[in-house]
Amino acid sequence: MSVPKDLRYTKTHEWIRREGDVAVLGITHYAQDQLGEVVYVELPDAGTRAAPGEELGTLESVKAVSELFSPVGGEVIAVNERLTDAPHLVNDDPFGEGWLVKIKISEEPELLDAAAYEKLVAEESQ
Amino acid sequence: MHRWIGGGPSDRRAILSELGKDSIDQLFETIPAGVRAGDLDLPAPMDETTLLTRLEGLAAENVSLDVMPSFLGAGVYRHVEPAVVDAVLQRAEFFTSYTPYQPEISQGTLQAIFEYQTIISRLAGLDVANASLYDGATAVVEAALMAHRVLKGTRNRVVVSEAVHPMYRRVLATYTSALGIEVVTVPAGEDGRSDAQRLADAAGDEACCIVVQSPNFLGAVEDLSAVAGAAHGRGALAVHVVAEAASLGILKGGGAHGFDIVCGEAQAFGIPAGFGGPHLGFFATRTKLVRQMPGRLVGQTVDAEGQRAFCLTLATREQHIRRAKATSNICSNHGLMLLAAVVWLELLGGKGLAELARANLARAEDLKRQIRALGGGWKLAYPDTPTFNEFLVLGPANGTKLQQALLDRGVLGGVPSRLWGGSWPDGLLVAVTERTTKDDVAALIDAMEKIS
Amino acid sequence: MRRRPLRNERLIFEHNRERRARGRYELPPLDVPAVDAGSVLPEEQVREPLADLPDLGELDVVQHFHRLSQMNFAVDEGLYPLGSCTMKYNPRVNEVAARLGGFTALHPLQPASQVQGALRVMWELDQVLKTITGMDGVTLQPAAGAHGELAGMLMIRKALEARGEHREEVLIPDSAHGTNPASATFAGFEAVEIASGPDGTVDMEALDRMMTDRVAGIMLTVPNTLGVFEPRIVEIAELVHGRGGLVYMDGANLNAFLGKALPGAMGADALHINLHKTFSTPHGGGGPGAGAVAVSRGLVPHLPVPRVIRDGDAFEILWDDPASIGPMRGFYANFLILVRALTYIWGLGAEGLAETAEVAVLYANLVRHRLTSAYHLEYDAPSLHEVVFDDAFQRAHGVTNVDISKRLLDYGFHPPTMSFPLIVHGALMIEPTESPAPEEVEAFCEAMLAIAREAEESPELLHEAPHETPVRRVDEVEAARHPTLRWEPSEKS
Repeated sequence: MSVPKDLRYTKTHEWIRREGDVAVLGITHYAQDQLGEVVYVELPDAGTRAAPGEELGTLESVKAVSELFSPVGGEVIAVNERLTDAPHLVNDDPFGEGWLVKIKISEEPELLDAAAYEKLVAEESQ
Repeated sequence: MHRWIGGGPSDRRAILSELGKDSIDQLFETIPAGVRAGDLDLPAPMDETTLLTRLEGLAAENVSLDVMPSFLGAGVYRHVEPAVVDAVLQRAEFFTSYTPYQPEISQGTLQAIFEYQTIISRLAGLDVANASLYDGATAVVEAALMAHRVLKGTRNRVVVSEAVHPMYRRVLATYTSALGIEVVTVPAGEDGRSDAQRLADAAGDEACCIVVQSPNFLGAVEDLSAVAGAAHGRGALAVHVVAEAASLGILKGGGAHGFDIVCGEAQAFGIPAGFGGPHLGFFATRTKLVRQMPGRLVGQTVDAEGQRAFCLTLATREQHIRRAKATSNICSNHGLMLLAAVVWLELLGGKGLAELARANLARAEDLKRQIRALGGGWKLAYPDTPTFNEFLVLGPANGTKLQQALLDRGVLGGVPSRLWGGSWPDGLLVAVTERTTKDDVAALIDAMEKIS
Repeated sequence: MRRRPLRNERLIFEHNRERRARGRYELPPLDVPAVDAGSVLPEEQVREPLADLPDLGELDVVQHFHRLSQMNFAVDEGLYPLGSCTMKYNPRVNEVAARLGGFTALHPLQPASQVQGALRVMWELDQVLKTITGMDGVTLQPAAGAHGELAGMLMIRKALEARGEHREEVLIPDSAHGTNPASATFAGFEAVEIASGPDGTVDMEALDRMMTDRVAGIMLTVPNTLGVFEPRIVEIAELVHGRGGLVYMDGANLNAFLGKALPGAMGADALHINLHKTFSTPHGGGGPGAGAVAVSRGLVPHLPVPRVIRDGDAFEILWDDPASIGPMRGFYANFLILVRALTYIWGLGAEGLAETAEVAVLYANLVRHRLTSAYHLEYDAPSLHEVVFDDAFQRAHGVTNVDISKRLLDYGFHPPTMSFPLIVHGALMIEPTESPAPEEVEAFCEAMLAIAREAEESPELLHEAPHETPVRRVDEVEAARHPTLRWEPSEKS
């Protein structure tokens, strides 16, 4: 189960990558594996304000729905439009082409590093 | 040892012995003594012959529509009942199967639903129809709640024309009262039709939808384009309710006039009156709103060999997955009734349905002409209003008295228009169908002539 | 299920593609003058006939549906052990009774004097359901179990309002059917999940802590979705009642204790009864069902209208009552379903009802006994009418409950309910019901054991299953990613 070292994680299985004052947000490899093949992604419009922990959207597989929570506070400045036609990117490349939204950060709470997240996943998968 | 229960005493003893138990009672030991049932006070078991005789006796206490001319409508209509429909419904592969959750062994049910969805969506003039709801009344409720969701719960008012079936409006009130959604009812105008401007005024900026029925409870065909315009002008969804689905054989569904949801009762499509149920709720909307739609949906896909196949889809809207956040609490559909409808529609074909609707229209116009000529206090409540197969007739007394007086002369003449109240004139709603005969009409006119 | 249709059946829209005029179903002759629709109806509303629906002869349509039917599995085909769905035999006499002309050709708005027999059917069913549940009132209106849940929760809401109380929350165990939280929400409550104890039953400490004056009551399935009877059911009800709450009981599993125990004595205030499960009315490929609700004395005033009332020997319909929650649907009920249920109950009598539960429970225990070595049982409390295994043993070989279920199709059985209850990962919920002969139940067990062996020896056989069905494994992901929800004329195939 891959957990890239350069990312920060949440207990609800989102990741962010800092690009200046912007956070690129996605769900982890573990999260997509638990959800199964993603068939639909509902994301907020650009311009939406988000607080840390607030629900930003949902990801659906055939038989499950998973909510997406914002790890940070800020403004959504971009959403991954490709997911509309290719939701499978979330499964195929969760840390890359399967990114979900970009948020201009105004508030960044403490998040998990890769080691802490790996530990969390190890506990949950028992 | 009952005929409907498997195995016999020796089979059961053998199983108990395999389980290491002395008696069946031991299997029920987890049930506390205080809640056990004693001997239930019920009749003794009956053999099939005795049982049927008893049921036949009860059925015989009713006066079947087969023995008396009937002009009853008001949401339940008696159209042709081709023998093929019930023959298909009696196939055990259809009626003793469950929801098609296992698509590999349910293609029959799934394809029938897919065909039904196709036909209903076309009739509604919209993109997508679901795999049915309970009935017309609950379909209206689901439409209002869906509109509420589409507008993210920011608009808490439902504007509904008073000429929507009063029973449907009452059911709507049952559901909305628990959810804090306000229902504003707008009376119809002097011609029995809803006034788009008054609906828009009632909507203000608070309404999530405007709901009209056409043909409405009084039989009038509404000005649908005006109503859709009024709703959209106020930022609300437009809902077209159809209580007499046979009208869709000649009248375009609301989708063609800009409506966002077309829903209602499809009992007309081959389902017996059956003392009010089970009937068939139908529901159609636009593709872009499908994720807020209630009820089951069947979609086309492929199997592992690339062959066309069908399965239930977009189930994440439903309660078994989304639980408290589901689009509806419904977790079934009226599958067998939907099957009746799709068999009926396919047997008639597109041209047959149109011919049937035209026959209804022609018989209604003929009866209206004869009532206009009657005199003696009998008249049409809305003489210049367009109607399909039902219309409001006023007579020399109120609706309840007229119904009884006609019944005394051997005719079920119609439904009292104020059975459930209403601000319209007190008379009889008179409905005809393609099954209404010349003799039926003669009996009604004759009886009317004698009451004046 | 080895049988296949002779060929794949086209969609009806693909028949008679040239749209040739053919002899179709004939209407009674029109003996009044035809009318020009545009002259009496708003012209812009008049439509053309549906072009896609072709003219077909009677046999064409009969063959179409006959062939479609051949692709379905059904109770009449073989064991259908779908947990919590109670797929019992649908007696044929029910169908005969429900098709009597005195019931089918009956308009709901005929005067009461003409429908005394129909009203009597409803009144009689009302009486027997009160007897069977030990409760004080019944509504027959709901069209399905979930609809009954909503009716029950609305009555609870109304009763609290009548006491001048406003309580926002409803407690629901995590093992409950998804309809419970959905119904609570649609009744205007907030559904609050209460975790099950280690044995899968209600955790009394958690209940004690959570049952505050904000809580309207609890929704409880009895026996629960693991097929286990709540041993402290009476204490649960007393605790909830003691704190001013009400007890909603989900009666989906009533078949487990029919004629054996009384929900009224357990402290239920409202209980829905799935007539299509417990009382043998057909499932119909998804409905129509009927979800009668029995209630305690306190809720009787709030029962939906219209109601059937008895006045001496005559029956009438009561349309209005200010204390009622109002109507839940159009007209009175899924009446023709009620006819079937009453026929069934009268056919069984009290002895037959108790025998039903006995054999249903006996068979479930037989299945449990035979499969215990081959399938993992997460909760080992005694089973009543159903047993919940899971795929823990098979996952070691990369085989899931889905694979097991699909392989069962090749053996000619319907699979168990999958992935429910949610508290059991990879669940396989088996409810054989009382109807089949023991040989059928044993054959099912043999198939399950054979599949467990296959999972070890040749898991790919299961991954690729089913092999013998009219279509192979259906791609549900594709269906959801690219929804095609109706036929389009451009798709010439």
